[in-house]
Amino acid sequence: MTTIAANPADHHDHAHDADHKPGFFARWFMSTNHKDIGTLYLIFAITAGIIGGIISGMMRLELAEPGIQYLSGWASIMAGKEASLDEAYHMWNVLITAHGLIMVFFMVMPAIIGGFGNWFVPLMIGAPDMAFPRMNNISFWLTAVAFIMLLGSTFVPGGTGLGAGTGWTVYAPLSTSGSVGPAVDMAIFSLHLAGAASILGAVNFITTIFNMRAPGMTIHKMPLFVWSVLVTAFLLLLALPVLAAAITMLLVDRNFGGAFFDAAAGGDPILYQHLFWFFGHPEVYIMILPGFGIVSQIVATFSRKPVFGYLGMAYAMVAIGVVGFVVWAHHMFTIGMSVEMKMYFTAATMVIAVPTGIKIFSWIATMWGGSLSFKTPMVWALGFIFMFTVGGVTGVVLANGGVDDNLHDTYYVVAHFHYVLSLGAVFALFAGFYYWFGKMSGRMLNEFLGHLHFWVFFVGVNLLFFPMHFLGQQGMPRRYPDYPDAFAHWNEIASLGYAIMGVGVLIFFINVFWSLMAGRKAEGNYWGEGATTLEWTLSSPPPFHQFETLPVIK
Amino acid sequence: MAGAKNHDYHILPPSITPLVGSFAALTMFFGMVMMFQPKALGSYGSLVFGAGLIGVLYTFWTWWADVIREAHAGDHTPVVQLHLRYGMILFIASEVMFFVGWFWAWFDYSLFPVPLQVEIDHATHAFTVTNQLGQEGAAALEQWPPKGMQVFDAFSLPLLNTLILLCSGTTVTWAHHALINGDRKGLINGLWLTIILGVIFSCVQAYEYSIAPFPFAGLNYGSAFFMATGFHGFHVIIGTIFLIVCLARAYKGHFTPKQHFGFEAAAWYWHFVDVVWLFLFVVVYVWGGWGAPVH
Repeated sequence: MTTIAANPADHHDHAHDADHKPGFFARWFMSTNHKDIGTLYLIFAITAGIIGGIISGMMRLELAEPGIQYLSGWASIMAGKEASLDEAYHMWNVLITAHGLIMVFFMVMPAIIGGFGNWFVPLMIGAPDMAFPRMNNISFWLTAVAFIMLLGSTFVPGGTGLGAGTGWTVYAPLSTSGSVGPAVDMAIFSLHLAGAASILGAVNFITTIFNMRAPGMTIHKMPLFVWSVLVTAFLLLLALPVLAAAITMLLVDRNFGGAFFDAAAGGDPILYQHLFWFFGHPEVYIMILPGFGIVSQIVATFSRKPVFGYLGMAYAMVAIGVVGFVVWAHHMFTIGMSVEMKMYFTAATMVIAVPTGIKIFSWIATMWGGSLSFKTPMVWALGFIFMFTVGGVTGVVLANGGVDDNLHDTYYVVAHFHYVLSLGAVFALFAGFYYWFGKMSGRMLNEFLGHLHFWVFFVGVNLLFFPMHFLGQQGMPRRYPDYPDAFAHWNEIASLGYAIMGVGVLIFFINVFWSLMAGRKAEGNYWGEGATTLEWTLSSPPPFHQFETLPVIK
Repeated sequence: MAGAKNHDYHILPPSITPLVGSFAALTMFFGMVMMFQPKALGSYGSLVFGAGLIGVLYTFWTWWADVIREAHAGDHTPVVQLHLRYGMILFIASEVMFFVGWFWAWFDYSLFPVPLQVEIDHATHAFTVTNQLGQEGAAALEQWPPKGMQVFDAFSLPLLNTLILLCSGTTVTWAHHALINGDRKGLINGLWLTIILGVIFSCVQAYEYSIAPFPFAGLNYGSAFFMATGFHGFHVIIGTIFLIVCLARAYKGHFTPKQHFGFEAAAWYWHFVDVVWLFLFVVVYVWGGWGAPVH
């Protein structure tokens, strides 16, 4: 792989000046540059995150007190006429559906894989770009049009009212005979588009990581973030097509009289749940594994030590990915499955706690005896480790089929998956953002505002989600807009937590805009000797085309 | 860092095709929703769908035309060719998982049958399906295929189609060996035969569909059968088009014994389609229809 252009007739040599950037339209709408596409993904994900976050604000507002306060008004605004109570309830279903789909498919995935993956996988392996730069761009634009399709579904009939109100899981028969009108069809096609985008992205990442590592970078020398994206890409590649088949069956049942999930004609609604969760469980690892990778880089950097147990860390992620494919039915313990099946899925699920534990303890061991510096990315990474551990522990509780009989579809589950995602994946996203913002933009974020953001956000989200454990144990079911007075106390506190979190997000945006305009200029390696991966050998921001001469790893 | 590139990777100039293709796909799918829901969205669905489809086809055409142009310009260095191989293998892997979904449905219905009673009037094609769950004697009805329906004879047209596809697998390999040995006439003959066999397969399948003794709608057997075999048929058509493109490129002399990845990708895809059919034949036609009266 030591390289001299083998081909004398290379016809775009003239465009190869490393910092020659195309004009505005060509650069941002016709991009074949992994860093620009990564930036597009990040801007897109932040936009979607704002929309999804506003929707959660609407939900917390409605849930702050018992009774229906706002839903009727919102439903009336959407419909342009006085909405009935049923339409108001449907509005609730639309909100929870949109919140889930937006946060999973249009915020976390585009940010962590499309954004950070695109930006830093090629940089970390010493590659000039992705393997398929043009396909990289269609991955982004397909995600964008998928989002347009999903937002559009909110304005067309979906059964009782406007919009798709099926939940992000789109269970049949609610999503088939239960939702007349085009909204659910549009939501399904939105998933098809986003899925196609992710599959193409996965092909791109796997090919890039296998074929474009710099000379000397063996697979066991890759940074852990690259490992995490590699495992994630395999999960995407193998899980998403099954979802595509499942939601295609929904379309067939909805529009062509298919009987896949219609029990009267021999169909099986539980089949949909199996197909969905065969995708859906790997999907939750798709959202968290790159977060593991980011946290590993950050903990090592700010401990000024190589990560403890590198191979164990890498293969723990591989193990999580593999075992993640055979635990799906723990999402379905209450379908009436046999005791044997419950035992298997309980045991298999608990097995995942082993590689996850390896990761947690290895992060702690990395810090042990290290020369720690508590810069903003590090406090976010520590927040991640703590919060993810809490979410992991409640995950072990829920893994028990017998316990889950009581906790299934309660707020305990909501608390659990928000601890691993909103406080796990999102903390990893913020950690990565603070870690790499200087590298991407050339400007440093403000440390004080970063710490302030962390503490306000940390207090807010814990106040928001921790009481949900209590609500769940007391039996409050998820996906309802109303509840008995007994649940009022903790719901009020949760809504207060949302407001505090909102202030934290505001501090974040102030920090970003302030830093972009007046932030300190970032050096090439602004974290110092702890930052050892290849992106720190480049300027901040890196040249338009980096590694014109490939780096050699010893 | 400024200067000429000193590596074999392919750095591409900006391209409008991904943007056009994405919005075309959006238009196509929205048109499809309009066709599903004319009451809510108006009756212009087929126009919108058609416009989107043209955009998608245009995207495929320009995109691969660009790839071919780049190959001729020498951009496909050995490592870039390796990228293309990885890309195609991974794409086929994802396609395999897509079919896993449809087989999963088939196994769900066949391994855990529900007590269906099917009555079909073969003269008028009128049929009724009732689920007898909880009724007296329901347990005796828990069989697959559902009681009262006829299935295709696996060892009639489906076996013929199996032989046709297997045969086409050998002709495409003949073409490949001819290509490697620099025998363009053999390549063209092998490709022609493969394409003809593929078209015959699709025709036989279409004929079989037209005489199906069970309905698509309203019965789990029919929905699962037609969607699984239908998506396979769709892939056969895609594979045939892929081979036709290769044939045209063979006439133009695009392939050399050393560099002909376009052909190899088509051959891999064809073999993938072939293997999926073998599973369909065994699981859906032979095992999945076992014991039922044949049409």
